Amino acid sequence: MSIELIISLVKANIVLAVLLTNTILLIWFERKVVAGMQSRVGPDRAGPFGILQTLADAIKLLLKEQILPSKADRAMYLLAPLIALVPSFLIFMIIPLGPDITVEWQNALYTIPLVGADLNVGVLYFLALSSIAVYSVVLAGWSSGSKYPLLGGVRASAQMISYEAAMGLALVPVILYSGSLSLVDIVNSQSGNLSSSIPILNTIVSFIPKWNIFPQFVAFGIFFIAAVAEVNRAPFDLVEAEQELVGGFHTEYSGFRFAMFFLAEYINMFNMCAITATFFLGGWLGPTFEGILPPIFSVIMPIIWLGVKTFLLLFVFVWIRATLPRLRYDQLMELGWKRMIPLSLVWLILSAIVLGLREFGLPWS
Amino acid sequence: MTDWLPVLVMFVVAVGFALASLGASYLLSPKKATPEKLAPYECGIFPEVEPSQRFPVKFYMVAMLYIVFDIEIIFLFAWATRFNDLGWYGILAISIFTFFVLETLYYVWKKGVLDWNIPRRERYLKQDLTKEAA
Repeated sequence: MSIELIISLVKANIVLAVLLTNTILLIWFERKVVAGMQSRVGPDRAGPFGILQTLADAIKLLLKEQILPSKADRAMYLLAPLIALVPSFLIFMIIPLGPDITVEWQNALYTIPLVGADLNVGVLYFLALSSIAVYSVVLAGWSSGSKYPLLGGVRASAQMISYEAAMGLALVPVILYSGSLSLVDIVNSQSGNLSSSIPILNTIVSFIPKWNIFPQFVAFGIFFIAAVAEVNRAPFDLVEAEQELVGGFHTEYSGFRFAMFFLAEYINMFNMCAITATFFLGGWLGPTFEGILPPIFSVIMPIIWLGVKTFLLLFVFVWIRATLPRLRYDQLMELGWKRMIPLSLVWLILSAIVLGLREFGLPWS
Repeated sequence: MTDWLPVLVMFVVAVGFALASLGASYLLSPKKATPEKLAPYECGIFPEVEPSQRFPVKFYMVAMLYIVFDIEIIFLFAWATRFNDLGWYGILAISIFTFFVLETLYYVWKKGVLDWNIPRRERYLKQDLTKEAA
């Protein structure tokens, strides 16, 4: 076995363990935050502060019967949860967690990048895998052989592809800054502080880190709204609107197959927040306090910073869910096509012209 | 190809995890299927009609429009990665391209493809209610 294969295996198992543990935490976090916002206590029985409640739910779902409905298209029905779950693990692989670390082992130095896979087509990989999520929802809805999942699946397909267009367009300005589709390069392009050619302005902005959110706040807003819609969270959860569609595309799913959809939804939510932090909030960048803290912290601090940024965004996700009512379907589609896509196109051209003026000077000079 | 090795390994591990947990669930869970339980969900009654296989044409229109925009995004990514090399020529070219895509969107917008359910509402608001009553 080659050393690359061993490192890949270790990485894959760490990612699997981290994402599963994280989902347990995340569901508990969401329930606690929503409960706090609605003056309730939330889960508090299993474990300290109810932190093991999700684990108890998972075990319960593992022990429940898996129903295969008589009208279902068997192959597609069984395949759909897998198509939902596997890409959600794969997306996390491209998120850089920190700078390269050097390890000495058997008198040889090994450089291990703290990223699952540094792909030179990282952004396209991310967009492609988040498109596959559409297939899982559509196939689950269609193959169930029941009317509510079918309606949920069709709604989902139109919604997700609409917002994916806006999401892709909002990412182009970020690539203008980095000049690369690799997520490692995108993070590196955000290191340092902002600067300005005007001296007075320079003293003000030189304290602000060069994160893409500051020049690209409109793109950030579009991307974040599209991210909420892409993972079908409230207020864009028409896919599983309980009052109209029972459970939406997973109405006919039970037991652990349902748990897989649930798991995929939360992992996707976490991925989206981590990706948003990577694209717009500088990813793992942050003060490492070298010299003050022990040297091991120069490895841990980037991961902590990425975690802090991701959980801040996740808090916003939960906050939005607790605050806003669900959109009507026509409002949802009109927001996507009539507001966000034209806005992101115009913003893209504007930022290209501003960047062009800064990089190349006036076009006629 | 070494870049893609971790992705490939992750794929295998993720599929393995999914299949293993499904298998564990299969071994642990009860299997007591009844015709009522296996029937499609319909609030407790047996469904009378099959789910419709036909959809409003708007869904197809959205899918077609999406392809237009998705292809545009691919072109934009290619330009954005080479932004510094192409300079003003690239900005001009992509502006013209984007203008035509926006024009397409405007045309589609005015044709009413992006209006969901508005005609029915307008018809309802415009209809002469007094005549209906008489």
